[in-house]
Amino acid sequence: MDFGDSPDEAAFRRRLREWLRDHNPGLPASSTSDDYWAGQASWHQALYDAGFFGLSWPRHIGGHALPSVYDVIVDEELAAAGAPPRPSLGYLVQGILAHGNEDVCARFLPGIVNGRDRWCQGFSEPDAGSDLASLRTRADRDGDDYVITGHKVWTSYSDVADWCLLLARTDPDVPKHKGLSAFRISMRQPGIQQRPLKMINGITSEFGEVLFDGARVPASDMIGAPGEGWRLAMTVVSHEREPGELGYVARYKKLVKELTGMVRDHPERYGPEQVRDLGWALVEAEMLRLHVCRRLSDRLDGITHGPEGSVDKLLMTQVEQAVGHAALSVGGAAHGDGDDTWLKVYLYSRAQSVMGGTSQIQRNLVAGRILGLPT
Amino acid sequence: MDVRLSPEQVALRDSAAQAVDRLGAHAVGELGDPERAAKLDAAVAASGWRELRTPADGGAPWASGVEVALVAEELGRGLADTPFLGPTLAAELRRLAGAPPAGDPETVALAPDLTEVATGTAEGAVAVDTQGATAALLLVATPAGGHAVARVLLPPGAARVDLTRPAAALSPATALNPLPDAARSLSENDLARWTALGLAMTAAELVGTMRGAVTLACDYAMQRRQYGQAIGSFQAVQHLLADAFVATEGSRSATLHAAWAVDALPPAEALAAAAVAKAYCSRSARTVCETAIQVHGGIGNTWECLAHVYLRRALLATDVLGGAGPNLARVLDHHDIGSDIGGTRGLR
Repeated sequence: MDFGDSPDEAAFRRRLREWLRDHNPGLPASSTSDDYWAGQASWHQALYDAGFFGLSWPRHIGGHALPSVYDVIVDEELAAAGAPPRPSLGYLVQGILAHGNEDVCARFLPGIVNGRDRWCQGFSEPDAGSDLASLRTRADRDGDDYVITGHKVWTSYSDVADWCLLLARTDPDVPKHKGLSAFRISMRQPGIQQRPLKMINGITSEFGEVLFDGARVPASDMIGAPGEGWRLAMTVVSHEREPGELGYVARYKKLVKELTGMVRDHPERYGPEQVRDLGWALVEAEMLRLHVCRRLSDRLDGITHGPEGSVDKLLMTQVEQAVGHAALSVGGAAHGDGDDTWLKVYLYSRAQSVMGGTSQIQRNLVAGRILGLPT
Repeated sequence: MDVRLSPEQVALRDSAAQAVDRLGAHAVGELGDPERAAKLDAAVAASGWRELRTPADGGAPWASGVEVALVAEELGRGLADTPFLGPTLAAELRRLAGAPPAGDPETVALAPDLTEVATGTAEGAVAVDTQGATAALLLVATPAGGHAVARVLLPPGAARVDLTRPAAALSPATALNPLPDAARSLSENDLARWTALGLAMTAAELVGTMRGAVTLACDYAMQRRQYGQAIGSFQAVQHLLADAFVATEGSRSATLHAAWAVDALPPAEALAAAAVAKAYCSRSARTVCETAIQVHGGIGNTWECLAHVYLRRALLATDVLGGAGPNLARVLDHHDIGSDIGGTRGLR
């Protein structure tokens, strides 16, 4: 049992640290500014081109086939340098790897990994949030294509996406979980209309809704078999719940580091309640780093797509919201004079207990699938 | 980095688990069974677990903080009413002072509020985990600014908050005797490392009590029926238990790191890692044990339900070397937000 670096890991860490000295784009944390989203693609490509992205993924899709624990090193060094977190794409990659055939993986994954293709995820609908399997977007076969009709919402990155991982109903005559299929559909076509949604913190470029009215997708761009969509969606969301896949440790550590610096530089401005909130944010963010170390080490025995992702999601949510509360308290979010960065951080943190499956759904999964409580 | 347990560590954890599963108290009534308790005590004595921090060749301990934490967690989970915390911390003080291992069973004496080792006088000091111990170790300041280890003879202890481990208040008149054959006094670094070990051990014990409490409550939730169904089928109950499980998992991740850090990181880093774990586990353990009582309903508020035995054990483990407040202050201090700032004084 060793939390320390092996010689190879230490060499990798040094190389990354040196590279970051000259290549930190100085973007704000993702939750605070549209500037982050504007610079995200070039940051992704720079990380990838320098060999610091997709570390644990297979070589044939552009990864480095390294143990997952290298991702912890990346998160730690990005946070220490105050650099933006790595793009959160692991759940897409894991979902396609687990369900796509060889052709699909070879065509779709390299572009996701190298940052040249940008994807969004078309799962939720106005009437299908927690009850995702009741979604109504239709995919109707028409020759070699499927024709898509429906409405997706709460779609992250829909404004910049080239492609959408779409979950749609291909068979209305079977039980709801069994009639769904997954596709990669081009966002650049006439049958698709994309509209931004403004989040409660004022961000307009992360969140959107997408209307499909006769959009077309080749049948060969289905991921997995017809009817396999639900299982693919569950693989995707199980990883979407893992801070190790998302790289969020770097985001939390970066924010906490900034708040710590504020208190250290001007101790006279802060009272016991504020310092206590900062203390908990420090403890929570560090706990999550260590939890990710543990989870990614467990992957040395082989990757799983199990219910423990719900545990991770609930821990991650607790951390994000503790950091949000420190931002509110230490950052003085509610009485800031013009600069509302910390208010944005705080307000953004409220989404964490909803996105990727609400905290209530996660608790249901922990109770039923881990604790074995009856339904 | 590979934070999976080694096969040897898994074997150690399993043998500690088997000892408490076989010989621990599984009901409140069994706490008073001297025959069972003596068997558990004999099994732990024979295992050598109390000697994990005695020096091997060259002065390093036989086993790292990880092994100590694994045993502490299982003994906490099994409500082991036999000493481990006290003798281990005493052995570590002896090792750091270059003194030979104790001849007779020993523990440590802590300051009146238990947040640090007792220093300078026996007045108000409390020896913890005193069962079977004849003496306790504490510190006295040396003229050169170090900390010499001293030894006091113990009065009989009595169970206070923790029904599984007695404690004894030292009389102010107790004589402090220098530890015989001590080769050196302790530096600030030694003291930081010792404190880190104590925090990692008590954090691990809290993880164990949380696991025990969650298991107890889940078993009850599946068996107890109201409105014609198991109460564990109600979401309100399920969410309480899910939160308790999640808090336990986060606590375990922080504690594994703290246990590793005891020997692997420089003293200040080890202390900070331990403080993170202890703060997190202290807050979690109280809530988790309270949840176990709540899920048991009326039964949970009776003496005969084991839930309060977990809570009581957690309350003592929390106070030993400090719970959330003192350890948040240690974490902040590590980030140069020191006790000169008004904020952290309020945390203590």
